[in-house]
Amino acid sequence: MSFSRLLLKRLLLSVVTLWLLSLIVFAGAQLLPGDVGRAILGPLADARAVANLNHQLGADRPLIVQYLDWIGHFVIGDMSMSYTFRSPVAPFIINAMLNSLKLAAVAFALVVPLGIGGGVWAALHVGRPLDRLISVIGLSATVLPEFVTGIVLIMIFGVWLDWLPITATAPADADPFTQVYYLLLPSLPLVFVLFGYIARMARAGTIEALDADYTRTAVLKGLPRRTVLWRHVLRNALLPTITVIATQMGYLIGGLVVVEVLFHYEGIGSLIYIAARGKDFPMLEAGILSIGIVYTFATLAADLLYSALNPRIRFGAVE
Amino acid sequence: MDMAEARKADSLKSARYERLRLLARSWTFMIGLIIVLFWAGCALFGSALVPQDPFNGDLLNTLAPPSADNWFGTDQLGRDVFSRVIVGARDILTVAPLATILGTILGTTLGLITGYFRGLVDESISRVIDAILALPLVIIALMSLVALGTSNTTVVIVIGVFFAPIVARTVRSAVLSERELDYVAAAQLRGENAFYIMFAEILPNIVPPILVESTVRLGYAIFTVATLSFIGFGIQPPSPDWGLAVSESYGLINGGYWWTVMFDACAIASLVVGVNLVADGIQGALES
Repeated sequence: MSFSRLLLKRLLLSVVTLWLLSLIVFAGAQLLPGDVGRAILGPLADARAVANLNHQLGADRPLIVQYLDWIGHFVIGDMSMSYTFRSPVAPFIINAMLNSLKLAAVAFALVVPLGIGGGVWAALHVGRPLDRLISVIGLSATVLPEFVTGIVLIMIFGVWLDWLPITATAPADADPFTQVYYLLLPSLPLVFVLFGYIARMARAGTIEALDADYTRTAVLKGLPRRTVLWRHVLRNALLPTITVIATQMGYLIGGLVVVEVLFHYEGIGSLIYIAARGKDFPMLEAGILSIGIVYTFATLAADLLYSALNPRIRFGAVE
Repeated sequence: MDMAEARKADSLKSARYERLRLLARSWTFMIGLIIVLFWAGCALFGSALVPQDPFNGDLLNTLAPPSADNWFGTDQLGRDVFSRVIVGARDILTVAPLATILGTILGTTLGLITGYFRGLVDESISRVIDAILALPLVIIALMSLVALGTSNTTVVIVIGVFFAPIVARTVRSAVLSERELDYVAAAQLRGENAFYIMFAEILPNIVPPILVESTVRLGYAIFTVATLSFIGFGIQPPSPDWGLAVSESYGLINGGYWWTVMFDACAIASLVVGVNLVADGIQGALES
């Protein structure tokens, strides 16, 4: 299969996924509560008030009309009005996404070199105590909920040692370095979760590449160890790691809800949290669908990057 | 039973015994098992054993640091933190396993159907599964719980339902390789119906991967329930649940009242790591 056909196929699949996702989100927010007006006003509200609110929100129209109306506006960037803030949803989402992106960027900048470095290091010392230590730390850190590591980190670095600020939001007009400084502690729980996955992939890939024939050839023809490692082993070993890093984007975003709530940071996670608390369904739907879009395109980009970097796929040798 | 059959049964039994021996020799598995059994014991018998009432506190003795009377100190309502940590195992160790069982049953059924029939059924269900997996579990669970209302029952249902596609994926790939084997063809030639073949012929042969998947899922279920409780959409007050306790008290650590959250945080950490050590051990033993 040629690269452009691959691109087209993946793109179409992504669009199908997003369409199904929009149906799921719509069903979740509009069908599950049964009666939207009742869900907002509570069980004690007057039936006429509920009917009135449903009419105002357009929730008394047929479902198919509601869905088409919602998704039609969403596609052109109109995410309708927030129930809580009584203003358009879109600016909230964009602002929160940008904030979350900053936090995620700091976490990625820390975890990608750490994870790859740790994994490769473990692979080069496979079976030794250091390898075991990295594997056990990786496994344990990955499974701990972010709020647990977050609390412990706040306690150690924020309260006892007093090294890092325990809120994520830097003072207004702070320079980029100060902003990053404030984001260090909040990014660490995310680093913990991601470290294990990335290190494990990098380790497995490196072990496989070290074992491969081309590596033996490179060693036997007398190349220096450094050249063998950089030009032959790592180039091949880290390819699958790229895919893992991208698929972890989704878990990263899931973790953002907790981290942003814990560190009082105004990102997409805390926005969804606030919307959930206030039963602000338009905000909730828009926030969740936006996360789905970001995730789907991140995986797509990783898929394509992987294919582009892998000559066997690029030249159509394998499907 | 003739000789060949007896020998076969014997070798099956010894393989099973060998696996158990392998598990018992793995120290990470044993540590994990001891931690899990400890918390399971607390969940079952904790309320009978704890020194103080975990629900009603002494309002004249709030936020007391750890002492001989209150080993882990008291919280902002004067409740004994030690007693609350012990009894706090109960709700999460009810909700998470039930959600895992529900997810395993639904996912196995779904995986058998998609793997056995393939074609259009498989294709369309797989697309829906992909779409669901495009959202982090915590987020999609949050949305459903807002819509359904939060209770222990809805948390079980929501996590179980969203685990199903993940379990289904594993089961499906096991079924795909299994259905090519001769015993399936033989059953088809005998004229058995599809459901008999799926559940009575294929299912018993794919138990190991399902077992591994469900222990891994249990770890994630505990992770997810604790996280949902922390953000207020999981286990509800006045339960002494750990995630809930952390969310009620984490604002206090700035003032130095570390004991109100640190023991609960350590309890969650130990349980999650314990379950994952067990899962890792089982996976290693079944794949060796």
